Amino acid sequence: MSTLPATPAATRTDRPDRPTPPDRRLPALGGFAPAVLGIELRRVLRNRRTLAFTLIMPAVFFLIFGLPQRGQTLDNGRPVTAYVMISLAVYAAMVATTSAGGAVATERALGWSRQLRLTPLRPTAYVATKVATAMTLGLLAVVIEFVVGAAAGVRIPLDVWLLSGLAAWLGSLVFAAFGLFIGYLVPAENVMQFIGPILAVLAMFGGLFVPVEVLPHVLQQAAKFTPVYGMGELARAPLTGDGVSMAGVANMVFWTLAFGIGAARLFRRDTARV
Amino acid sequence: MTSTHPAVELNGLTKTFGTVTAVDGLNLVVQPGEVVAFLGPNGAGKTTTIDMLLGLARPDAGTVRVLGGTADEAVARGRIAAVLQTGGLLKDLTVGETVRMTAHFYRHTRPAAEVLERAGIADIADRIVGRCSGGQQQRLRFALALLPDPDLMVLDEPTTGMDVEGRRDFWQALRRDARDGRTVIFATHYLDEADAYADRIVLVRQGRIVADGTTAEIKNLAAGRTVRATLPGADQAALAALPGVDAVEVRGDSVLVRTGDSDAIARHLLTRTAARDVEITSRNLEDAFLALTTERIGA
Repeated sequence: MSTLPATPAATRTDRPDRPTPPDRRLPALGGFAPAVLGIELRRVLRNRRTLAFTLIMPAVFFLIFGLPQRGQTLDNGRPVTAYVMISLAVYAAMVATTSAGGAVATERALGWSRQLRLTPLRPTAYVATKVATAMTLGLLAVVIEFVVGAAAGVRIPLDVWLLSGLAAWLGSLVFAAFGLFIGYLVPAENVMQFIGPILAVLAMFGGLFVPVEVLPHVLQQAAKFTPVYGMGELARAPLTGDGVSMAGVANMVFWTLAFGIGAARLFRRDTARV
Repeated sequence: MTSTHPAVELNGLTKTFGTVTAVDGLNLVVQPGEVVAFLGPNGAGKTTTIDMLLGLARPDAGTVRVLGGTADEAVARGRIAAVLQTGGLLKDLTVGETVRMTAHFYRHTRPAAEVLERAGIADIADRIVGRCSGGQQQRLRFALALLPDPDLMVLDEPTTGMDVEGRRDFWQALRRDARDGRTVIFATHYLDEADAYADRIVLVRQGRIVADGTTAEIKNLAAGRTVRATLPGADQAALAALPGVDAVEVRGDSVLVRTGDSDAIARHLLTRTAARDVEITSRNLEDAFLALTTERIGA
């Protein structure tokens, strides 16, 4: 003896509680829903630490380091304050997108990704939501920096506002990918605590805190290969009129691909079943 | 719809981790509408089986069919939902936001307010998840599982870590919901939960099913029943020779017969002997559980 035959209870195929069966079709877009963005943003903005580091701190930096240079001009006569403001907008956007992308680390650590695998949400739709959240937050970061700059008296032509803002924002996509890459690399709840200093060093090499030209020669050469260099140059080009070097473009393309492919590979490893 | 297929068909399911065989050629068929307890000690392979049932883990051998299709299909269409032991929640969302966000991942769900109500957490919808008790978080997981109105609900030790009151509230919520004909499979190592809430108990040990039947059958399986009667001068040898008798003990005027067929023994005692004060007692589920999960039965 060991096993009795299965004795099913009376088989109930009809469900008295639901006269019409529920809609069992697959969700559109793999479960990607713009409404989730709203909840994600509320969630991010509720976090005081994120708020302080991504949205408030760069604006305060501008007031501390940018404003004292009022009245000084670049070679082409444009204000130095605008140069500082645009640089800090790039910094704000990269911190914002990195932290939003890096949120997957927290969600993996908490086991939320596992919970999501029990829903129709496709992994690609999940990543798309994270990227969209990151980019929305990045846009918000750029806008806040610009509003603070304008309020503090920065005056530049409209096309420079728009082009520099767009470049700072779109360039931060590299860091959304970087955040995802780190997020899939380390499942830690407080991943931003150690990414923060890394971002600050990268920002320095990208000329976001001081112009790259003031760095020692060796560091200037090395800076050209770091991931913020290209996006910094691109964002400031409309202001300085210097144009964008091939090295800058190559830099952006390389790092976008590197972080994008890296994140995709880790993502596939993460969603593979064991 | 669900009528032509079993809710679950596991065939020769096997999963090993290194040298440990967690699930060892497990076969199981669950029909629609059954409430099945998956009962076994820690490490019996319950969670691994459930992971494979949900498509979270891939079997090394064997097949899984859920509602006539694959587990992934059932998940994608919201036909299967689960409350996991380890299923995480986002601590910085509110209870209500968690439900509304999850609802967006489906084509169609029951209203958020309704599942919160059914799970008994409508009053804490605005609370941040990180500030909820373990029991409240578990009921939130249950609310999430209710969203798609699944045909099959799977729960992996859903009340682990809850206090007595929390456990009772949780099972009441589940029972209110399950009586409508949803198929429910839950893993537990609490015997009383299996006894109280399941129609059918599947006992697992070392990755195999060691017994499968109704609660009464499982109890009977391990220990049979004891028939006690007052019968002065009982003929011990004659009683022991009756079919289905395991043991006969005479204590003064009392006779105790251990048997797998208590009805026949009682009938015999009452009609063929002078026995009176006949009592039939079954050993409880705990005895059955211990017997079946700690020693080899009929190997």
